Amino acid sequence: MIKKTLSNIYLVLIFLFLYLPLFVLMTLSFNDSKSKVIWGGFTLKWYSRCFKSETIMNAFFTTIQITLLAALLSTILGTLAAIGISSMKKKSKTIYLGATNIPLLNADIVTGISMMLLFVKFTNLSFVTVLIAHITFNIPYVILNVLPKIQQANKYTYEAALDLGASPIYAFYKVTWPEIRAGVFSGFLMAVTMSLDDFSITYFTKGPGINTLSTMLYTELRKGIKPELYALSTILFFTVFILLLAINIKNNQKQHRR
Amino acid sequence: MKNFKKQLLAGPYLMWMLGFIILPMLLIVYYAFFSNHKFTLSNVLAITSEVNFKAILLSLKVGILSTLICLLLSYPLALILKNIKFKNQNFIVFLFMLPMWMNFMLRILAWKILLSKNGILNTLLFNLNLPKIQILNTPSAIIFGMVYDYLPFMLLPIYNSMAHVKKDYIEAALDLGASRTRILFQIIIPLTMSGIVSGIVMVFVPTLTSFAISELLGGGKVLLIGNVIEHNFMQGMRWGIGSGLSFVLMVFVFISMILSSKFGEDEKGGTGVI
Repeated sequence: MIKKTLSNIYLVLIFLFLYLPLFVLMTLSFNDSKSKVIWGGFTLKWYSRCFKSETIMNAFFTTIQITLLAALLSTILGTLAAIGISSMKKKSKTIYLGATNIPLLNADIVTGISMMLLFVKFTNLSFVTVLIAHITFNIPYVILNVLPKIQQANKYTYEAALDLGASPIYAFYKVTWPEIRAGVFSGFLMAVTMSLDDFSITYFTKGPGINTLSTMLYTELRKGIKPELYALSTILFFTVFILLLAINIKNNQKQHRR
Repeated sequence: MKNFKKQLLAGPYLMWMLGFIILPMLLIVYYAFFSNHKFTLSNVLAITSEVNFKAILLSLKVGILSTLICLLLSYPLALILKNIKFKNQNFIVFLFMLPMWMNFMLRILAWKILLSKNGILNTLLFNLNLPKIQILNTPSAIIFGMVYDYLPFMLLPIYNSMAHVKKDYIEAALDLGASRTRILFQIIIPLTMSGIVSGIVMVFVPTLTSFAISELLGGGKVLLIGNVIEHNFMQGMRWGIGSGLSFVLMVFVFISMILSSKFGEDEKGGTGVI
């Protein structure tokens, strides 16, 4: 019994550690006073300022564009690569996977700087360079999610489909795709997560005037704290919360059906 | 023949990898070891200068401490979460992972508000008649921020590897009269070693190399190796020294990988991330 109480206390303490700071941000987003400790009454003005702020909105839309484009392109490239790698001999497979691990394991700052050196040498830093950088660090996550699914899938059903006269594309769509779909989807989601949260690599590869939410926040936070950012935090937190909850509930339903 | 065609699908990725992973790495090595087309070691040896050496020592200290604290906090948490008997176990675990998806700059902002000089923590202490504390702009604030930011990255792999530990083993050990402590040290910890190791890597590498957390919570007064490198590139245009230091950092990351793979490779049921 004591053990149970102790472990519950521990859970609550860690929970507070994780959520108290977020709770403070949310409370302050409704606070009609610039002070961090005095409650000046309820207001929604920081929300309206947040939506009117060009800096915040530009960064928001750039983030959405980069995230979706990078996740989509890296999912396509990564899935193709995973199919290719799965049919390789052990030696070339090891080499491919070793190289795939480099951006995964390397420090973000080094990955970012190395790409910046490349881009500056051959072109200018811009929206496209950020996109290329994001695709590069996303591909490994897609490969690592898709490859196990391909290896679990039955090889012979695909070949049987070919023998029975299906074209490779038709056989892929009808036989392979249903088996790897879950892996492709979770790879895509992981790419979205990584792109949304990336700061260091974007910081080094972005052109002037281009900001994602992370780099915009970095610049703003160095200058000082604006209450609009509290409103932004609250909006983002609940968006993420609802999205993830929806995904979780959907997954749970699937598990129950099985 | 069929196989060869299939392998061609990896072609675009091969091009991408050569162009955007391998080539940039070679560029860093080139800038680190060549200045005006001549071989030099001075860029790499810049790490031994007083400021830079202090920075890498502090980074190692901050990295090791943050990783250790994350591990000590996460392991009991994972144990409790695994044994929790609650209808919505998944939801509870989800709640503990959720902050990971919050933009990490905003999580730093939250700590900045809590810790600042006239912030909530100090007001609270003042009202309790306790002395104020000045944490912001010190290494402690940076460690706080790092533990907060990277805790889920430690929890996730440990929790995943713990979910693979079969209940039968524990019951068998109990039947044979093993104590709880003995079960923890001789069964659970060895079986979750792979999770521990990937957690350590996932936290240690970013905490060793971060520059944003230290810049924002350290107020520009605390220099970690990441900050030194960033200054060399973004403020001073000293690309040679910056690349030299990045190369040293890469070596450190590489060493920690080798060390960790020695401990983690023989276990099954890893986390899928590393």
